[in-house]
Amino acid sequence: MTSLFSIVLAAILGLLAVASAIGFILQRRATEPGSVATVQNLNARIRSWWIMVAVFGGAILLGDTATVILFAFLSFMALREFWTLTPSRRGDHLALFLSFFVVLPLHYVLLGTEWYGLFAIFIPVYAFLILPAVATLTGDVNEFLARSARVQWGLMLTVYSISHAPALLMLETGTPSALLLVYLVVVVQLSDVFQYVWGKLLGKHRFSPNISPSKTIEGLVGGGASAILVGTLLYRLTPFSPLQAAAISTVIVVAGFFGGFVLSAIKRDLNAKDWGYVIEGHGGVLDRLDSITFAAPLFFHIVRYWFTT
Amino acid sequence: MIALIRRLLVLFVRILVGARSEWRGCAPDPSRRIYFANHNSHIDTVAVMAALPWPVRRLTHPVAARDYWGTSALRRFIAEKCLRAVLIDRKPAPDSNPLEPLERLLEEGRSILIFPEGTRSATDEIAPFRSGIYRLACRFPDVDLVPIHLDNLQRILPKGSMLIVPITCTARFGKPLRVEPGEEKDSFLARARAAVIELADGGHTA
Repeated sequence: MTSLFSIVLAAILGLLAVASAIGFILQRRATEPGSVATVQNLNARIRSWWIMVAVFGGAILLGDTATVILFAFLSFMALREFWTLTPSRRGDHLALFLSFFVVLPLHYVLLGTEWYGLFAIFIPVYAFLILPAVATLTGDVNEFLARSARVQWGLMLTVYSISHAPALLMLETGTPSALLLVYLVVVVQLSDVFQYVWGKLLGKHRFSPNISPSKTIEGLVGGGASAILVGTLLYRLTPFSPLQAAAISTVIVVAGFFGGFVLSAIKRDLNAKDWGYVIEGHGGVLDRLDSITFAAPLFFHIVRYWFTT
Repeated sequence: MIALIRRLLVLFVRILVGARSEWRGCAPDPSRRIYFANHNSHIDTVAVMAALPWPVRRLTHPVAARDYWGTSALRRFIAEKCLRAVLIDRKPAPDSNPLEPLERLLEEGRSILIFPEGTRSATDEIAPFRSGIYRLACRFPDVDLVPIHLDNLQRILPKGSMLIVPITCTARFGKPLRVEPGEEKDSFLARARAAVIELADGGHTA
């Protein structure tokens, strides 16, 4: 695993170095205020990518436990961002406390100890039933259905879905499972990056101005196709044949797109532009992981169903 | 040792509730000021202190109620040592001036942080301000009073609960105000309260 992983890591670092160089040149050329702001945001994004690659790459190199802990922390940050923007009432307090300090850690312990049977149902079944039950104890019936739905959605998106990325580590496919996680993250994130780049270069037709003003049809098609191409070329990281890799990358890209799109719709509903502020140029953790929320469970189950031994 | 505990406390609060600052109406400045904020939870004081940059924080003293923060050794330690708080009596004896320790600090050129609602409110409503802030403003007419709005603290640690939910809190600093010459108490208190309420919107624009 280490040799293949080093090659991927070297390629990503090379790509980042090229991106930084381009950003530096653009910064010298930009003159009008509009383009200066765009270039500044671009360079902030690139700087953040260096840090994100270092953190994620470092966790993979340190091993499975470090990777699971990293994702548990990311889920925590994402759940916090979700609840910072989402309204809650006094009657939700205990349910929220349990979400953060009981459900989230227990779910990741189940993942870390590879107790798949309980991992798969703990949040969708037990948290789903227990948290509204706890919330009834306060006697607040105001918007009860909507509040219960929000509590459950917060957990599903930020904890359950995101955790399916590190859950790949428990799959036996004959190839090192950490490479599957690297594969998923590379394809999803490249899809986002390519969509951004294609959109900035060629984007004309807005895809859905209501939900995500910056997404264009040109960006989607060009970005999606580029990411699928890379996903196909990287088939050696996985147990897939090149054709299977193409098909699975397509699923990842489409799911990733809808992940970003649904999370954007929630943001618009909550009148926010970004989920948070911790990643310079990107917004919050959830702004960066929005595509993962949809792509990870699908990819996990495709691999688990067809490729585990 | 105390300095270390103080820093750990700030770090802990930053990790737990974010404690971000958003300087809307003024810039951070170590000159003496009277900061005043809405009061929802026990973390309010620490959240504001953690949101202040260190050069400002080290010269700022929060004001805490003696009948709560003075009642046990641990509370006293947190309040007086870790937060450099001054404890005052909410129900002072007649003929005494409960604001005296605050006035002394301001005379020394230090800043203070007060919660003019007097007590933690149980809802998102900001209660009418008590008159102490007006008396301080009249006594120090050349000191800026900086309004602060703390959001989400109601949801982080509501009154009556011991459970902290780690939602991010932002301390929003507004435009400083001073008492106008000849301004009546009620009009000033309403103006100060309005300045805090005005900061309440999250500033999110789609």
